[in-house]
Amino acid sequence: MDDSEAQFALTRLSRELWMELSPDLPRSVEYEACGTLWVAADEEEMREVRRKQEFYASRGVSTQILDALQLREAEPNLRDGLAGALLVNQDSVVYPPCAAVELIARSGATVLRARSVGIESQKVMLANGESLEAGVIINAAGIHAGALMPSVSVPIAPRKGHLLITDRYPGFVRHQLVELGYLKSAHSTTGSSVAFNVQPRRTGQLLIGSSRQFGVNSPDIDAPMMARMLRRATDFMPGIARLSAIRSWTGVRAATPDKLPLIGPCPGLPHAFIAAGHEGLGITTSLGTARILTDHIVGKTPPIPLSPYLPDRHA
Amino acid sequence: MKIVIVGAGPAGLAAARSAAEGVARSGADVTLIDGNHSTGGQIWRGGGAPEIETGVATLLNTRVASPDLLTFDKLILATGARELFLPFPGWTLPGVFGAGGLQALVKEGLDVRNKRVVVAGTGPLLLAVAHYLKTHGADIRLIAEQAPWSKLIRFGAALPSRKWLEALRLWNPCFSPSTWVTEAQGTTHVKSVSAGGKKIPCDYLAIGYGLVPNTELPQLMKVDPCALDEYQRTSNPAIFCAGEVTGIGGVDLSIVEGSIAGYAAAGDVEKARAFFVQRDRWKRFGTALAEAFALRPELAQLARPDTFVCRCEDVTYQELVAKASWREAKIHSRCGMGPCQGRVCGPAVEFLFGWKPDSVRPPLFPTPSGSFSMIGNEPQ
Repeated sequence: MDDSEAQFALTRLSRELWMELSPDLPRSVEYEACGTLWVAADEEEMREVRRKQEFYASRGVSTQILDALQLREAEPNLRDGLAGALLVNQDSVVYPPCAAVELIARSGATVLRARSVGIESQKVMLANGESLEAGVIINAAGIHAGALMPSVSVPIAPRKGHLLITDRYPGFVRHQLVELGYLKSAHSTTGSSVAFNVQPRRTGQLLIGSSRQFGVNSPDIDAPMMARMLRRATDFMPGIARLSAIRSWTGVRAATPDKLPLIGPCPGLPHAFIAAGHEGLGITTSLGTARILTDHIVGKTPPIPLSPYLPDRHA
Repeated sequence: MKIVIVGAGPAGLAAARSAAEGVARSGADVTLIDGNHSTGGQIWRGGGAPEIETGVATLLNTRVASPDLLTFDKLILATGARELFLPFPGWTLPGVFGAGGLQALVKEGLDVRNKRVVVAGTGPLLLAVAHYLKTHGADIRLIAEQAPWSKLIRFGAALPSRKWLEALRLWNPCFSPSTWVTEAQGTTHVKSVSAGGKKIPCDYLAIGYGLVPNTELPQLMKVDPCALDEYQRTSNPAIFCAGEVTGIGGVDLSIVEGSIAGYAAAGDVEKARAFFVQRDRWKRFGTALAEAFALRPELAQLARPDTFVCRCEDVTYQELVAKASWREAKIHSRCGMGPCQGRVCGPAVEFLFGWKPDSVRPPLFPTPSGSFSMIGNEPQ
C-alpha cells in the first residue's frame, strides 16, 4: 500500500471509508479488524520496518514495531528466528462477495443479470443482443475492461494468483501476515513469484497465499506453483503443513505497468469512465475509487486528486 | 508399462484381475489404489471381496486428493458412488445415518441388537440393508420405499430370475412402497420418524435416496466418465472409467465394465470384446433401475425454511431458495464450502433447485497442506 504516494493516498482514504462503514456491516461481510503484521525475517528487513513506520507516521497512520519476542507472543505459530514486524493495527479483512451484495443493496441500484460485450459512447451492448443507454457508463470489468473497449488503450495485464484454504483453526493465526520480502519479490512486475501471506477468516479458516504469474489465463491449479507457494508459507509457519486443506482457488488480478489503478474518463469515449486495474488492492481501494470517481462525475472536488490514476497517463 | 487403478470396489478389482492377466506376458505392473483399509469397496466392505491376483500391487489407505502425483501409462478410474441424502426436518439428528452408512458402521462393530430401526429412501439397497441389520439383531420397524408398487412391479418383471431369488431371500413384511420419511423427531438423538402419516418410534433411521457417481477425479483430469468408447476409454486414450462412476448400474455391470477396461488397458481387445454382450444386458438393468426408483417430486418439498441443507456450514433452505445458481449460493452463503466440499449438499441442491455443479478443484478430500508442497519441478 506504500509503493508510491498515490497508492498510499488511495489506500488510506479507502481504509477510512471502510472504517466508517464497518459498524453497520452485517455479519456475512465478515469485517474483522485483525490488523496486518509485516514480518521481517532479518535485520535488513527490520530497517525496512523502521522506514515504513516513519513513512506511515508522517502521513498520519500510527503503527507499532514488534521485536522478535513481541512477534512471537503476537503470533506463536511463526517460526523461531524472525527479527520482528510492523503492526498496522487498524487494517481489516472482509469477505468480498458478501461485501459486494451489501454495497449493492445499500445503493438501491437495479441489478440486471446480463453479460456486457461492448461499451460505446452512451451505450452498453449485452450478450443477449440488447443494449442499454446511459448518460454515464463506468467500466469496472477488471481484466476484461479492455475487451469491452477495443478502441481505447487499457494497459491491464492478467496476473494469476493461487490460494489454499484450510479447515477451521480458530486462533492459529491472529493477524493478516505478510512477509516484507513481498516488497522485493511479488511486486516485481515481471516473472512469477511467491510470497508468504496468510489471512485468517472469521470462521477460523486460513487463506494461504500468495503467488503471482504473468501471462497465464487458465483458471487451473498450477501444482508446481502451488507447491512453491506452500513451501514459502511453511518456511515462515511450519505448523501450516499439518493443517487440513479443503479447497484451492485461483484468480486473476488486473495489473497495470505502474501498479496504480485506472480511474477516470475514458480517453476518446465521451461519457464513459473506467475503474479497473487495482491488482491485489482492489477490495481495499474499492471504496476510495468509487468516492473519487463519483465526486469527479458529479463535479465535486474529490478528497484526493484524481490525476495520478487518470487512464490516459500512460499515453 | 504401468497400469494404475483408482478404486478397489467391484469394478476396480475386476479391472485389476483382467489387467494383470492381460499383461502377465509383457511384465507390466498393475497398481490398485483405495482410500479404505481393505479392498472390496462399499459393497464388499468387511468380507466377500475376491482375492487380489498375484502381480497386482495394492496401495490401501490412500486417497487421491489431486492427480498431480499419479504416474501411469494407463489409468482406470473406478471411483464408485456415494449415497444421496435429501434434506428433511431432523435429518441432521444423531442416529440418522445413510442406509449404506449404517450398514458400514455395523460391519465396523456398531451393536444394533434390539435397536428399533427404520430403513427408508429408495432402491434395492433398502432391502439388503434391512436384511443385514436384522441378521445382526436389529428390530426393523419399517422399510419406507418412495417408489410406488406400479413401478416396482414393472421393474420386477424385467429382472433375471437370479435377482428374483435374491429379492425373495431379502424380503421383509415391513416393506412399504409409496412411503417416505417427512420428519425425524428428537432433541439429542432421533426418537421417532414420521412416514406415511404415522409416527414410528425408533433408535436409528437409515436413509438413502440412491447413489451419486463419484465423478470428481475424472472431472479434475478433464475426462467425462459418461462419454466412453466401447472399451470404456475416455477422450484421453490413457484414461478409462468403469463401474458406478460411469452411471449407476449395480455390481454386475461394474464387474463387467471393470473387466473390459482392464483387458483394454492391457492391450487385449479380444478378451475385452467378449464382455460386450453381458455389458449390454446389465446396462438395460441399470436403465430399468433408474426408471423404477426415480425420485418423486414431493421429496423436494420436505425441507422447511430452517432445515439445514449444507451441514458442514449450517446453511438453511431459506438462505438458498432465492439464489440464482450453485456458484452464487456457494459464494454468498458458503453452502458446499466446508470439509465435504459439496459432496453431500451438491447432489441435494441439484435435485431441489436444478443447480448444476461447477468446477472441481483439488484437494478432492481434506488433505494436510504440507502434501501440496511435495510436488517438484518448480516453474522458472
